[in-house]
Amino acid sequence: MVADTRLSTKLWAAANWFLIGFFLLNLLGMIATVVTSSFATRWLGTWLPAGWTTRWYSAAWAEFQLGDVLSVTFQIVFLVVLFSGLLGVPAAYALARRDFPGKKLVMLLFLLPLLVPPITFGIPLATVLYRLNLAGSMSGVVLANLVPTVPFVILVMIPFIEQIDTKIEAAARVFGANTFKLFIHVLLPLLMPGILAALLLVLVRTIAMFELTFLTAGPTSQTLVVALYYAVFAAGVRAVQSIDAMAVVYMVTTLIWLVIALRFVNPTQIVARAKR
Amino acid sequence: MTIHAANFRELKLDKLSRDFGSFNALKEVSLTITKGEFIALLGPSGCGKSTTLNLIAGLLPATGGGIWLDDKRIDQLRPEERGFGMVFQNYALFPHMSVNKNIGFGLKMRGVPKAEADRRVAEAAALVHLQGQTEKLPGQLSGGQQQRVAIARAIVVEPPLVLMDEPLSNLDAKLRLEMRAEIRRIHNTLGATTIYVTHDQEEALSLADRIVVMREGVVRQVGTPEDLFSRPDHLDVAEFMGFRNTVAGKVTAVNGGTAQIAIGGATVTGRVRESVAVGQSAWVAIRPEDLHPNAPGQSGLVANLVSTEFRGREFVGFAKMEDGTSLSFLAEQKLQPGATVTLGADPDRVLVFTGGKA
Amino acid sequence: MSSVEAVNAIPLKQRLAARGLDGLTMLVLPAALFVVALFIYPFLYGLFLSFTPKAGNAFANYTRFFSDSFLYGTIATTLWLALPVTIATLVLAVPIAFRVRLMKHQRLLTTLLVIPITLGTVLVAEGLLNYLGPQGWFNRTLMTIGLISTPIKLLHNYWGVMLSLVITGFPFTFLLTLSYLTGIDPALEQAGATLGAGPWERFKNILFPLLLPGLAITFCLSFVQAFSVFPSAVLLGAPAGPTRVISIAAYQAAFEEYDYSMASAVAMIMGLVQLAIVVLVLAARGMLYRGPAGGGKG
Repeated sequence: MVADTRLSTKLWAAANWFLIGFFLLNLLGMIATVVTSSFATRWLGTWLPAGWTTRWYSAAWAEFQLGDVLSVTFQIVFLVVLFSGLLGVPAAYALARRDFPGKKLVMLLFLLPLLVPPITFGIPLATVLYRLNLAGSMSGVVLANLVPTVPFVILVMIPFIEQIDTKIEAAARVFGANTFKLFIHVLLPLLMPGILAALLLVLVRTIAMFELTFLTAGPTSQTLVVALYYAVFAAGVRAVQSIDAMAVVYMVTTLIWLVIALRFVNPTQIVARAKR
Repeated sequence: MTIHAANFRELKLDKLSRDFGSFNALKEVSLTITKGEFIALLGPSGCGKSTTLNLIAGLLPATGGGIWLDDKRIDQLRPEERGFGMVFQNYALFPHMSVNKNIGFGLKMRGVPKAEADRRVAEAAALVHLQGQTEKLPGQLSGGQQQRVAIARAIVVEPPLVLMDEPLSNLDAKLRLEMRAEIRRIHNTLGATTIYVTHDQEEALSLADRIVVMREGVVRQVGTPEDLFSRPDHLDVAEFMGFRNTVAGKVTAVNGGTAQIAIGGATVTGRVRESVAVGQSAWVAIRPEDLHPNAPGQSGLVANLVSTEFRGREFVGFAKMEDGTSLSFLAEQKLQPGATVTLGADPDRVLVFTGGKA
Repeated sequence: MSSVEAVNAIPLKQRLAARGLDGLTMLVLPAALFVVALFIYPFLYGLFLSFTPKAGNAFANYTRFFSDSFLYGTIATTLWLALPVTIATLVLAVPIAFRVRLMKHQRLLTTLLVIPITLGTVLVAEGLLNYLGPQGWFNRTLMTIGLISTPIKLLHNYWGVMLSLVITGFPFTFLLTLSYLTGIDPALEQAGATLGAGPWERFKNILFPLLLPGLAITFCLSFVQAFSVFPSAVLLGAPAGPTRVISIAAYQAAFEEYDYSMASAVAMIMGLVQLAIVVLVLAARGMLYRGPAGGGKG
């Protein structure tokens, strides 16, 4: 549109940009503080640390057993991604392709775990898992994490599957593909981009999922984010820089996967998933 | 009828340009439109016709040139300050407002007193035959009805200019014909100056007083429907107006308004539309309905028949010349594929161009 | 049944298939059973458990909750954090989303904003502990500019939790608002402009009414998230006092007192308060236009 050049409009725009700039500045400041501190020899009462060092990383690695924590984290994340794909994709396919009585109810069933915050359903869920002697172990953590990720995969995949023309499947059948061949040669290649995007988002969400893991993990099944929480919670026991080094390790692990995921999805999709 | 067109003499586009980065969507287009005219901007997609309309409406800022309404320069004005009416391609009806509120929106924005606004909305609804539908939401209306609301909403504010952006492109064939007649009827009733964008030459020919043919951001020809139909100025305009057979040859003689062109072994005579000189290469353009098989023994364009199609009254033949040029023509009987045909046309129906499909 | 009928009868399998129930539909079962077993069942189990307290009658947990200000006070404490944060982020998000939607290269901004959401509340809490501290860059900058003379206390009180909720909540609200806003057909605004509506009138009459149903959903999702605040309330707030939010009460009952029955009761109450606000907002939304935000025919 022909631009509005009135002063009031320009001032209003400037105010908006100022706000967003202020927000981003603080966000980056917060992240930069953590990174700076993790490389600081001593940082008290000055703008910048007295000197620079990388020794906090080796300190954190040893103190917090980061090697073990990372290995546990990735085992849990891998299992969650695998099972959410195995359970979620077929269900999404059925929901995208069939109309059946009670479908609305099933959709609601899958929507609820995404709408109810984890801490709310996490406490009764942890209670059940403790009764079943599943909590405190890796399997309990994986099960708890699957509760929101399976519905997440389903809700991300349904629109993706719906936009694939059913005639393509019909054509494959006409040309003689049986169900298995149809799946391998036609469906899987078509669905792959969607599955990849959904699972990458699951991966990022699971690395960052604090509440469910926190409520169900035992000492040997802590993921990085839970270990970070305990470290911050018990601050004073360890050097601040050591905790910051751990936080940087956590940020790097999360952000690497976020960057990979963003190659396949739009940032707004990460939050807009739950809208109906 | 109290809805009438606002008063002005003419709208002038003066070397109007629009660039999108390095792409020139519109290149110095100049055009004068006088009050009461129905102008169609016609051209294939990407020719700049919609860009022109958006520039006039103020939905896009121009990157060069100006727009004048009589003595007032309006291209710097924001769309809401121009006071034109516009019918959008997908109607752009406000989905949360009733038909009445949609039609009355422009009046409300202009601060027209409620009583008068209500009266004018009712009148506009009646004009587009929407009585009894006015409390519905747009989503409850059929495509044709939505179209009527969009037209009523644009004309109720009595704009000096009504802009229409391919308003019929979303309707099915039958409804399209019906709404075409409606648009013409409403134009005749109100006399509102209208600029109508379309890529359908039939629509332009049947609706417009004058047609502006555009291509790649420039105006190729402006004329009445009759002008464009029988006297296109350029080869590309001719092609767009239905001269589907275009064949290249060499000029062998020029005689006043006619010229002879040698094509293969034959000579074709036609009316000169772009001046040509003997020895130059040139193009002839012929409508399929003007091209017929010649009587045996007569010379003409020699081609090999590919297929014929039955068209109810006659057959349409498709043939290929030796150099690969495709020809389509009318035949009275079904012909055998593979047969050699000799085709000719009345010299008055053959147009000669210098070529250069701009 | 006569044999003729048996021949003519459509087989059960085919009748079910006609209603959409065939082998393919069954693919939904594993996921559905999983969610029933690990979401619905625990919820019902928790509900049941909350009525079987360690001592007293069936309602003992609830009676105790609502008679102990240390417990029922958490509702007000949490609301006092969640509602202002939700409203503030929404009020900020709407004008900024209107500005950003006109941007050609939104991607950099949206990517930056997705970072705090992805990093999560624990890391934001850890970062703010440094950043907002008395020696942190935030206070330091304010003192250098001369806005304050002594560091303001932003940690281990209401403001620390509030600010951490804004850092994770604003991007969430903003991105959701932006996605609703970009779902509105731009031709509607153009139509408004050609009909004489200026920027404010276009916002008031066209865009805002069309955005409002989406804003209601955004409000609900943002509120529910803020209401379930946990790690930042512990790490940045004063978990024993001003920021003792309801999730802390539930956590303490479960993992410090090992009273799962009481913990379930608190979780149920937490769920109910969230539900009450959501129902309230959605009921108000029911009065709005909710069709497609496009100008075309469907």
